[in-house]
Amino acid sequence: MFLSAQRPALIKDAYIYRPDTLMLDLEDAVAENQKDAARFSLYHALKTVDYRGCERMVRINALDTEHWREDIRASVAGGADAIRIPKCESAGDVLTVVSALEAAEAEFGRGIGGTLIACALESPKGILNAYEICVACPGRMIGVAISGGDYRSAMQTSYVPGGIEMLGGRAHMIIAARAAGVQCFDTVFTDLEDMEGFRAEVIQNRQMGFDGKSIISPKQIAVVHEIFTPGEREIRRAEKIVRAVREQAARGVGVFTVDGKMIDIAFVPGAERVIALAKASGVYKGDL
Amino acid sequence: MINAVNRAIPDSLLKGGRRAFSGSNARDGQTFEKKGPRVRICEKPFESKVLPSIREAVVRCGLADGMTVSFHHHFRNGDFVVNLVMKEIAELGIRDITIAASSVGDAHDPVAAYIEEGVVTGLQTSGIRGKIGEAVSHGKLKTPAILRSHGGRVRTIEEGEVHIDVAFIGAPTSDCYGNARGKGGKSDCGVLSYAMVDAEYADKVVVITDALVDFPNFPPSIQAVNVDYVVVVDSIGDPRKIASAAARMSQDPRDLLMAESCARVMAATPYFRDGFSFQTGAGGPSLAANRFIEPLLIERGIKIKWIIGGITQPAVDLLDKGLVEMIVDAQDFDVPSVRSVNSHPRHFEISTSQYANPANRGAFVNKLDFVILAALEIDTDFNVNVITGSDGVLRGAPGGHPDASAGAKCTIIVTPLVRGRMATVCESVVTVTTPGECVDVLVTDYGVAVNPRRQDLIDCLGAAGVELTTIGALKEQAYEIVGRPDPLEFEERIVAVMEARDGSILDVVRQIRPFAF
Repeated sequence: MFLSAQRPALIKDAYIYRPDTLMLDLEDAVAENQKDAARFSLYHALKTVDYRGCERMVRINALDTEHWREDIRASVAGGADAIRIPKCESAGDVLTVVSALEAAEAEFGRGIGGTLIACALESPKGILNAYEICVACPGRMIGVAISGGDYRSAMQTSYVPGGIEMLGGRAHMIIAARAAGVQCFDTVFTDLEDMEGFRAEVIQNRQMGFDGKSIISPKQIAVVHEIFTPGEREIRRAEKIVRAVREQAARGVGVFTVDGKMIDIAFVPGAERVIALAKASGVYKGDL
Repeated sequence: MINAVNRAIPDSLLKGGRRAFSGSNARDGQTFEKKGPRVRICEKPFESKVLPSIREAVVRCGLADGMTVSFHHHFRNGDFVVNLVMKEIAELGIRDITIAASSVGDAHDPVAAYIEEGVVTGLQTSGIRGKIGEAVSHGKLKTPAILRSHGGRVRTIEEGEVHIDVAFIGAPTSDCYGNARGKGGKSDCGVLSYAMVDAEYADKVVVITDALVDFPNFPPSIQAVNVDYVVVVDSIGDPRKIASAAARMSQDPRDLLMAESCARVMAATPYFRDGFSFQTGAGGPSLAANRFIEPLLIERGIKIKWIIGGITQPAVDLLDKGLVEMIVDAQDFDVPSVRSVNSHPRHFEISTSQYANPANRGAFVNKLDFVILAALEIDTDFNVNVITGSDGVLRGAPGGHPDASAGAKCTIIVTPLVRGRMATVCESVVTVTTPGECVDVLVTDYGVAVNPRRQDLIDCLGAAGVELTTIGALKEQAYEIVGRPDPLEFEERIVAVMEARDGSILDVVRQIRPFAF
């Protein structure tokens, strides 16, 4: 969930809405002449507020601005869990940030590599270079997110219900993220009144294989959690698969059926992922 | 002595039969004799009770120094009646008046000057705000103001602890004999519930209207048989402030978060069944709770039997959708609720005695399943303060809060953990207005706590997966955020007495001492 770091009243306790990650924004949500004030607000919030397990990520300013290095220093000094690089277009961009992160981590006594990275892909070039970005810094890289506003503009299109205008970018980025073994997140949905449109987009996100959705308001959280949290049927089927594969493997059987559908070892990672997600979401009641 | 909510009540106040609060329902089963008014016989036929001016009504009523006058607050912040009447009283040189109002607020700021001048030396009310609150808090009123709930006000009038010499009743419509209604006219307020007890127990009753209609104005809220005089004025109130435009449902995510929690709590209790009864306060999260209750009603295929209280659009919407069978109405806050009580056959006006009087033979609140209410502060004993601000100044209204809390099977207080720099959940409230024994659940933006007295609710909420914390943990969290404030400093002088519903003393408010570094 994106929040302007310039507004202490917003960032002091946004964890109460239970997003998975708070994206504390130093970039677009902060006026050009308020960047330093936002950094102070961010630093003190990170230092003093117990976010109760909610991940704290800072969106720094773009690498073509004079702000980003100081953003990284404030973020690392405050103890942010991760920073997000906006407008990332290459592995070189990532490595530039890694170098600044390492310097800040040394300066403020944080373990080298302790601050994770996510990258926003906002241009056709960024999308095309998604794979090299995803693999640029193993260990630090959480994943990538497509950013709709700039991407649509660069592609000379605009929002279309159903998302046809973003189809290529989304698909390419997901493939790159999966190939690299990092996560991928979809862009924000800006019409807070259109909850049906939002729901439809989140459903499509999950169907496409995204790991999550960027949001701009607490009112969008419940929908994302509802759609990305495995349902009871899905969990039960995953349990059956994991158990059946174990039992059948012990008997030397490789292919068999569960509820009339063919199952083999290839289904196990997916089933285990469902159970892991159910556990992380707090809805798993089984014993696997 | 120390009363049942651990408040020190000076012995000097415990005279003439006044008791310190000893717990809810302490007087249950007792009897008393109602104290009736002194009534002028009107046997000889006459055509009209209309007088040319308020001043003449004041004079004809024989209003004199030391008497008590009463008002209702159905016109809320749009009320002109109190100021119109008090101006005449002051200009006639009458002094030592006690105002016994159902509530006073910002609309009555001119009364603060009458307090300073000694025209008004007593005040009994269920709500106090604006300059009157400041004047009382700073010790300007000669006698301590007496604050009590809406139900408590009816009780005290019926028992004769308050004797109203003249009731001035603003009415949107009246006929020449004083049959008055809350409905119609240009100052339509829907109902006149608060004024009904005044009309029955005051020695003299003056109806003040800006819409004189043909006789008989039926069915009346205030019956002509209880009315002495009728005065027609240009305007009794500002319609825009009497009934506000329908409030847009709060979009504040914090309000919505708390509202959703309230609905989840309600749905997890055994009382959330077909035919339950319900009241909400008019605050953002309380009102928003309706939005989250509606889908739960539909999902479970159940309906609300009746909604009571100060009525707002969400209740009317549920009535219109057939999700509630009936609204019983003691006050209307917005245009949709006024419109509804004027037209919907299942939306009924009731008196404040029917609503909440603890000393009749069973008020509606006694059969309430749920009430959702707000708080300025709530302490770790679940005591609620809705009257004094963080600066110790009187600026709130117990209203029906203590009544509904005492009656409902599940009383839910909904409040943000902190407001600005102040902890809402605290060690000890400045003033106890609703005793903690009547409060069952606290819903905040940081979590839900159940009163340990209600182990049954702890069990059923836990079983339903509602995550619970303790009020002590919430208090600590609040202090972690905003710090622990130094206690307010007060003078010895008592400026207001907070009465419990049964007339015993729940707490006192002392004169605030100006802060000095």
